[in-house]
Amino acid sequence: MSAIAARFPSRHEMGSFLSWRRLPVLIALGAVVFALIYVLFLSTIPGADGQGNWRTTTFGSAVHDPSSFLKIVLDSLTFAAALFIVASGFALIFGLMRVVNMAHGGFYLLAGYIAYEVQQGMTGQGFSLQSNEVNTWEWLVPLLVAAPCIAVVGYVMQQAFLRWNQGQELRQALITIAVSVIVADQIIAHFPRNVSGTQKFGGNAVDLTWPGWTDRFVDLHVGGVQYSLAKLVMIGIGIAVGVGLWVWLYKTKTGMVIRAGVDDEQMTSALGINIQKTFAIAFVVGCMLAALGAVVWASQSNISSGQDGQWLLNSLVVVIVGGMGSIFGAAAGAILFAFVANFGAVYLPTTGSDCCTQYSSILTFVLIALVLAFRPRGLFGKGT
Amino acid sequence: MNPKTWTLRQQVERSIAAVALVIVIIWPAAGWSSYWSHTILLETFIFGMAAASLVFLSAYGGMVSLAQTALFGMAGIILGNLATEGGPGGTSKGLHLGWDPTLALVLTIVFTTMIGLIGGAVASRSSGIYFLMITLTYSVIATYTLGQVTKISGFSGIGGINRYTPGWIGDILAHPNRLYYIALGVTLFAYALIRYLVRTPFGIALQGVRDEPVRAASLGFNVPLHRTLAFGFGAFLAALAGVLYAWFAGQVAPGDVDLPQTINLLIMAVIGGLLRIEGAWIGALVFFLMQNYITTSTHVPLLGFGGTLFGGSFNTLIGIIFLAIVVVSPDGLMGLWGRLFQTRRRAEGGERPATPAAEPAN
Repeated sequence: MSAIAARFPSRHEMGSFLSWRRLPVLIALGAVVFALIYVLFLSTIPGADGQGNWRTTTFGSAVHDPSSFLKIVLDSLTFAAALFIVASGFALIFGLMRVVNMAHGGFYLLAGYIAYEVQQGMTGQGFSLQSNEVNTWEWLVPLLVAAPCIAVVGYVMQQAFLRWNQGQELRQALITIAVSVIVADQIIAHFPRNVSGTQKFGGNAVDLTWPGWTDRFVDLHVGGVQYSLAKLVMIGIGIAVGVGLWVWLYKTKTGMVIRAGVDDEQMTSALGINIQKTFAIAFVVGCMLAALGAVVWASQSNISSGQDGQWLLNSLVVVIVGGMGSIFGAAAGAILFAFVANFGAVYLPTTGSDCCTQYSSILTFVLIALVLAFRPRGLFGKGT
Repeated sequence: MNPKTWTLRQQVERSIAAVALVIVIIWPAAGWSSYWSHTILLETFIFGMAAASLVFLSAYGGMVSLAQTALFGMAGIILGNLATEGGPGGTSKGLHLGWDPTLALVLTIVFTTMIGLIGGAVASRSSGIYFLMITLTYSVIATYTLGQVTKISGFSGIGGINRYTPGWIGDILAHPNRLYYIALGVTLFAYALIRYLVRTPFGIALQGVRDEPVRAASLGFNVPLHRTLAFGFGAFLAALAGVLYAWFAGQVAPGDVDLPQTINLLIMAVIGGLLRIEGAWIGALVFFLMQNYITTSTHVPLLGFGGTLFGGSFNTLIGIIFLAIVVVSPDGLMGLWGRLFQTRRRAEGGERPATPAAEPAN
């Protein structure tokens, strides 16, 4: 409905390119170009006295320090991979069922803690594990336990609370919010615990550990960059998930049914296809992607209570920027968001007394505002 | 104002409202429980107003906004930055501008409304579930921004705001009843303002935009502009509540606008019902009653638990209650109340229908 209202923006108005209606476009373009020039050429490192001006950043410009620049590009891709894994699950559920699963962040957190408990149980160690204490199975089995657990939780939620009120988007969102409140509170009540399970630590930060063979640096032979193998594995997992989803959605019969269901649910159902079964499959896969993302990112970073909100935000930003319910949109949104977040953290000026202030979350808002101003449905969003 | 022309429902509701108004006006003067008047009722007024801004946007604009808590908290942070002074006896965080509190108060409301207008403009071409998602990102971004930008807030926020009230209000720490009556007055003002606004041409057009955005657009109404202005008005209401909260709590921190708080405000609005303004305050009252009494009670009848549920805290309980309300009555308590009269009407064979102008939300 509002799509027609969305056809009113000024870009459809006739007029010369330099008319005042074009002003927002020009300002936005100018800002983007300036940001690129700033990162590539303008910024400098702090002087010997530690003082700086508006051009002072941690590493200086890309021309000045190509190695750091490349590392940040790779870090952004690593973060984008984790974002994509989590957010593609969110986008899959939203795209098919129009369900905004507000419990996605809660499921992410729950999966992370379950995997942590399993890994601790398998290795029998205390809180902190070194990579050489973990073999491949001790990383894979936690994943293979956590993902089905989240799948069951998601399946129960979908069948018990979301199936019978299909189409009532707001009500479904409110239901998933209620579930997220309960899940977040129960996580604090029960996770993490020590190996014997007697002591609980109220949602403390814990981290999973990558298997030992990933704990080394790979020489990329570009600008002398040595890069962590674990992070390269993460990028690989992200690409594998993307390719897997693409093959599943575009090359298999189930995927065909899902895409048909996205376009016209009633017609698909009328053709004799059990759309409820398809919904359940997509919902379970979406929840399992949250679990996979949690295990991957918790191995790289950590998990703690409160990150459910952070990852709900991440999924929302990716889906809003990329476009609702599209795998390509999720990929584009994840990459854009990851680059803005990482480059904002490193390439914003760090002058004098203002050394430690982080404005990167404001940049996230700027990104959303820029995209929504020109594409109200996100970059890959459909017009209807 | 002739009670004989009112429907039964109007008679009942207006009688209850009048009695409730008299009770809350005489409460502190009558010397009844000051814990109630200085905590439960005061919080009900303040958060009820913030929830009312959410209900206003939802009921009349068709926009369920989760950014109201963020705007509410930002008003408190802005006030703290403008009004508090640094140095000995001052607060440690913030800009310490130390401006005149009355000027700071006005500027706070203006700035917050402007932030609302900007955010509303960005989201104005979306509606429904998209609007919910976009405003939720506003809320989370606001939390992280306030936490990260140490110049204006930092994670501990700004304290001691309640010592910088305008001279015409005086010392609310020594005279807490003043804050009570101010909050009550502002609440009544906000309620009257919403009821007035929705009957103006703007309010009617807004409801047209809510129901039929395409038709409203083809009739020449600027749909995004109406949504933006409505969001700005919602931000204005949230700013009023935020200022009162800053005076009430003294300290405003990013923790006051984080995701759990955002959801709490939504829970209040949903308990009351997203379709009627009055529900906001009823939902807030129910929420604070539960928070104050169920969590401390060790003998809750029928439930039989000592403040915990499956090992969880109050949040598990409120989550389950919230879930039950959304499943049973998505329109909240006001929806249940409305249904009560619908069944009556069916049983008695019909009543005088309420005119649309008098009952726009029903």
